[in-house]
Amino acid sequence: MLDLKSLALATLLTPLAAAVFTGVLGRNLSKSWVHTLCIGAVGVASILSCSILTSLVFFQTEALNIHLYTWAVAGDISFQAGLLIDKLTAAMMCIVTFISFMVHIYTVGYMRDDAGYRRFFSYITLFTFGMLVLVTSNNFLQLFFGWEMVGVISYLLIGFWFHKESATVANFKAFIINRIGDFGFILGIAAIAYGFGTLDYARVFSQVETVAVSGQAIMLFNPIAIPIIPFACICLFIGAMGKSAQVPLHVWLPDSMEGPTPISALIHAATMVTAGVFMVARLSALFEHSAFALHFILLIGTLTCLLMGLVALVQNDIKRIIAYSTLSQLGYMMIAMGVSAYPIGIFHLVTHAFFKALLFLGAGSVIMALHHEQNIWQMGDLKKYMPITYITMLIGSLALIGFPPFAGFYSKDLIIEAVKVSTMPGASIAYYIALGSVLITALYTFRLFFVVFHSKATMSVETISHLCEPSLNIRLPLIVLALLSMSAGYLLVGPLLQGYFNGSITINDALHPGFAMLQAHFQGAFAMALQGFWQLPFYLSMAGVLIAWLCYVRYPQLSSHIQKTFPSLNKILNHKFGFDTFYEKIAMQGMSLGRSFWQQWDNKLIDGMGVNGTANAIDHIANRLRQFQTGHLYHYAFFMILGFLLLISWMLLTQPGVK
Amino acid sequence: MKIEQVVFYIFSLLAILSASMVIFSKNSVKSALFLILTFFATAGIWMLLEAEFLALTLILVYVGAVMVLFLFVIMMLDVDIASLREGFTRYLPFGLGVAALLIIGLAYAVGGEKFGLNVITPLSIQPKVASNIVALGTVLFTRFLYPFELAGVLLLTAIVAAISLTFRSRSQRIAFIASKQIETRKEDRIKLVQFEIGKKNL
Amino acid sequence: MIALSDYLTFSAILFGLGVAGIFMNRKNVITLLMCLELILLSVSTNFIAFSHYLHDLEGQLFVFFILTVAAAEAAIGLAILVVLFRKKGTINVDKMDMLKG
Repeated sequence: MLDLKSLALATLLTPLAAAVFTGVLGRNLSKSWVHTLCIGAVGVASILSCSILTSLVFFQTEALNIHLYTWAVAGDISFQAGLLIDKLTAAMMCIVTFISFMVHIYTVGYMRDDAGYRRFFSYITLFTFGMLVLVTSNNFLQLFFGWEMVGVISYLLIGFWFHKESATVANFKAFIINRIGDFGFILGIAAIAYGFGTLDYARVFSQVETVAVSGQAIMLFNPIAIPIIPFACICLFIGAMGKSAQVPLHVWLPDSMEGPTPISALIHAATMVTAGVFMVARLSALFEHSAFALHFILLIGTLTCLLMGLVALVQNDIKRIIAYSTLSQLGYMMIAMGVSAYPIGIFHLVTHAFFKALLFLGAGSVIMALHHEQNIWQMGDLKKYMPITYITMLIGSLALIGFPPFAGFYSKDLIIEAVKVSTMPGASIAYYIALGSVLITALYTFRLFFVVFHSKATMSVETISHLCEPSLNIRLPLIVLALLSMSAGYLLVGPLLQGYFNGSITINDALHPGFAMLQAHFQGAFAMALQGFWQLPFYLSMAGVLIAWLCYVRYPQLSSHIQKTFPSLNKILNHKFGFDTFYEKIAMQGMSLGRSFWQQWDNKLIDGMGVNGTANAIDHIANRLRQFQTGHLYHYAFFMILGFLLLISWMLLTQPGVK
Repeated sequence: MKIEQVVFYIFSLLAILSASMVIFSKNSVKSALFLILTFFATAGIWMLLEAEFLALTLILVYVGAVMVLFLFVIMMLDVDIASLREGFTRYLPFGLGVAALLIIGLAYAVGGEKFGLNVITPLSIQPKVASNIVALGTVLFTRFLYPFELAGVLLLTAIVAAISLTFRSRSQRIAFIASKQIETRKEDRIKLVQFEIGKKNL
Repeated sequence: MIALSDYLTFSAILFGLGVAGIFMNRKNVITLLMCLELILLSVSTNFIAFSHYLHDLEGQLFVFFILTVAAAEAAIGLAILVVLFRKKGTINVDKMDMLKG
């Protein structure tokens, strides 16, 4: 068996090679060659990731932490590229490559007739590489590199159909909002470099105790000193807020649904947007030392979870509903991070990756069948025509609402339990909100489900005549993901609570005993599922499903009646709590500020006075001076005499004693 | 008032008046003649300063040569005098203003307070052992021989330059060519035209 | 006794008249040249006056050279004037502005 380093390198470089090859030579290759190559590369990466996981879990191989090469040295800080392969990394690698593999297969069917087929494959394979760089990094700089790389590909793919104006606008929006987050992120990295003198994870974590005790601080605007660890944590988390679309930097994610559906599944649901969650877990040793940062995470996570779930209730676009659901679930993950239950957050990340990818791919299948119709009110009664999509979507929905023993049940139930037992101030409020969000999740999920698959068909007869199940390469990922959505939670919850992440994730059990308590109370996956039927979240989700059934199947006029009864609530939700309006205002003000800068400062002052002004002044002065050169003798004489007079008067005035 | 003071004031007044006439006179010939008068008056002042040789040179060289040259040129050129005077009055106040300013400034600079009798007095007139010409010649042909030679070269250059500037070659000259006059035939110069009387071709 | 300042003032007046002549006379180059002669004359007078009061013959020598230069200047100036008249048919100062910028 190969050693871990070679395996990891092969996992990383196979997708890169395939992406570069198809990217550069793609136009000369046939479509089948392109997708064979890319799917093959990602498949190989997926198998290698699994073998890494196997060797770590079953063969007890030591975690790998090596430097590959030094990129630059500046004073005491060296910028290096390296690999950190431990159980957390291995789990992330498996998820990334596996979901990517599924999406690659799905893409063959979904993008079949698209002109940018080769470009698309090149991008998503490159994305796989970027995500792998992000998760396998052993230092902050490489993390940032991967972070930005997946960001770039995300923008490229949101704007994949660049001839659509809405896609380019969404692309732009994602880029700008992420700039805010990434600025915080790089400030955080700078703070780490300042406070610890290194960017290496292992060395930072080994020093974290001393730095925390020493109370080293950053002087911000001279009199205000901020301790280094909370400062770095908050800045890094701002980066995570951008990438993982937390309130208030979430506005780009719903708009990113302009991109092709496989992208929504891979990047904007399963992998890239969870990078923030992964980052917090990876840096748990750091975050454990800042109660303030954890509170902040809890607050942001709770807000995102509740508000975005509410907005999902009034959306009409099938992909947007799922996008808002993603936001809400990311909120759940952040809640887990906030109460120091990092492994549970990662667990939810994994299960969510399966069922959310499934939901997106199912939605994509529906959209394809209806010829790119995305409005759920233009659908209906699809269960008759698309049974496989129907069943897989049902499984995905049940997993999402946390129906035992589907995948979502384990992770979400554990999060709610973790919040419940948390001793952090304010955790009780978060607990009730998390519970309420269960109801909301069930409501919007089954609203979508019932409207699309059960309500009366509203499509035209012609559309109905074309309705059929999609091709095999679309069905296959759906089925595989559906199986995993059913079983992943059951299979993984045991290892998780038996200390899978020991060594990769640090939890201060004295301060945050929640996770340790959950571990102590765990009695096996089956028992947990049975217990789940007797607990509050289950009844809440069932209530949500019931309400959805009443409103959208049994009494379809009820929902519009509710809308009329609470117009203001409806208005707030339709405006998505005004975040977009707020940003538009700010952006507009920023733009008018920028415009005035451009006009007043750049055009008038720098160009007008500085650059052209100099030339104009010289031209002007020269034109004036030219007038003196009349060519007339007496004018020259006049100036000579004038000079002579001035000379005499100067001599007389300054040197009175001259003899 | 001593006699030399009287002489000084007479000559200086004469020089200033005639100099004014040089610039105010409408006729260039009159200007030139007044300039000659100015030279004479100034020569008188130079005499007072015991520079006999230079005073005589001024009269001989300037009046005798340079001013005659001026008069030659004035008369040689067919100048429309009236048109040349136009705009004179327009610039009169301005020119006088500048002149007054200059004169006041200069007079203040060189006035009695700096160069008056109490500051600098001429030594008492000594009996002449040698004339001014001898003294000048002694210095000129010893210490200043080289500049003197240069001055001679300068004058030669001026002569050459003046001639070469105004020289007209044979082809440019307006002159009769006897041979061509002799060769001329009647047919080359006279053309006979037959007029038909009574028709409207006049 | 005549003070040095009297001579100097006299030559300053001559000088001022020469300058005024250059200003006022905008048409006739010949008058211009004559004004130049006036200015040179006033300068020469200064030299001689100083030479007399300081008992230094070198002042007179300078006047000697000035006379030489002035004669040469007058000769060449008039020659140029003649050429100019031949070319342009006028000696109007106003028309001579070929150096105009």
